[in-house]
Amino acid sequence: QNIRERMAGEQLVLLDFWASPFCNRVKIALAEKGLKAREREEDLFGGKSELLLKSNPVHQKVPVFLHNGKPVCESTNIVTYIDETWTSPPLLPTCTYERARARFWADFIDKKLFDTGGNIWRSTGQEQEAATKDFIQIVKLLEGTLGDKEFLSGDKFGFIDIILIPLTSWFYAYETFGGFKVEDHCPKLSAWIKRCSERESVAKVLPCPQKVCELVGMMRKMNGIE
Amino acid sequence: MANEEVKLLGAWASPFSCRVENALKLKGVKYEFIEEDLQNKSPLLLQSNPVHKKIPVLIHNGKPIAESLVIIEYIDETWDGYPILPKDPYERAVARFWAKFLDEKCLPALWKACWCTEEEKEKNVEEALGVLKILENELKNKKFFGGNTINMVDIAANFIGYWFGVVQEALGIKLANAESFPALHNYMNEYVKCSHIKEHLPPREKLVGFFRARVQATSSS
Repeated sequence: QNIRERMAGEQLVLLDFWASPFCNRVKIALAEKGLKAREREEDLFGGKSELLLKSNPVHQKVPVFLHNGKPVCESTNIVTYIDETWTSPPLLPTCTYERARARFWADFIDKKLFDTGGNIWRSTGQEQEAATKDFIQIVKLLEGTLGDKEFLSGDKFGFIDIILIPLTSWFYAYETFGGFKVEDHCPKLSAWIKRCSERESVAKVLPCPQKVCELVGMMRKMNGIE
Repeated sequence: MANEEVKLLGAWASPFSCRVENALKLKGVKYEFIEEDLQNKSPLLLQSNPVHKKIPVLIHNGKPIAESLVIIEYIDETWDGYPILPKDPYERAVARFWAKFLDEKCLPALWKACWCTEEEKEKNVEEALGVLKILENELKNKKFFGGNTINMVDIAANFIGYWFGVVQEALGIKLANAESFPALHNYMNEYVKCSHIKEHLPPREKLVGFFRARVQATSSS
């Protein structure tokens, strides 16, 4: 089934921001399903659009996925919705226990990774050192759950890989400001990052880590950190 | 299903633990409840949830699952009977959104507003009222978050439906009055009357006593 067949009669819109790992999750999930949404870039620094504020009144955040005008919010929720609406190829495993395991790790990643990474570039000195330590502990746990598998989901690229991979485009920024390298602590995870980055859906979507680092540098200046 | 071994590591006063019991009982699943002493966690708990070391943990035929919302989805997918999540993907997405909102924004905001110091009270109460207004809006014209019958969101909302009132009573405070929050007050009344829920809640007096003891413990230091 090519993209045009899948899209027949469907209107898919994504309220987007190029550097947002959460928006990028949605784009990768759609690409894996042979779909593409019309991407509307939000100006998060200048002013959020009326459509965003109306579609996500509770959080007022991107991504928002609009399927024939009906909004779905929260990236992990959107990826699950995409998987349940367009069921092939499946992103979540078929075994219920493995599904629970995938949801558990998605929840862990959502609660810990981006915020802890943010603490690295938002601070200096001792606070930054503590945040860096926390971050390394988190990626080590992810390295542990990856083990010797090719993907976090097992043999095939799937749900939990889609949840994590976009966050790795921010790693270079954390490494630059925190003065460490993920590769030194997590060789298996680093190999997984390279493996996923070669996948077409990922390569087409993820921004260049240098560009993300520049954005983070700009945000640091805006927050008066140096 | 024969040869099923279902264990739940929990704590009777915890709303998170209670959510899982509620889900299991809705499906008619027989399970062994193991009360954890949270000041002295068992080797089984530490082994079953090494990442967070928290209850509840469901152990099904020896395989552990942690995080109450993850456990509830697992229960819904594993056992037939009462539909905890709707069948339609869009309605499921809406339910998951509200369950997450309750967990990540509501509960922490309400908890902080109840237990904070005098200096922080103004800011925390403002935040709490903010989330309560969002819930009030969502509950307008609805008996439960799930409509006429309860769904996953209502199971997740047990803090709103029950614990919130109990904690306020124990502390002698009232954060949200009935005039400003009629739908929420109606919800709390309906919640404890709902047959799918009321039998699975810990006894009110015992729970009030539990939180009163905590107040005394924190104030005598």
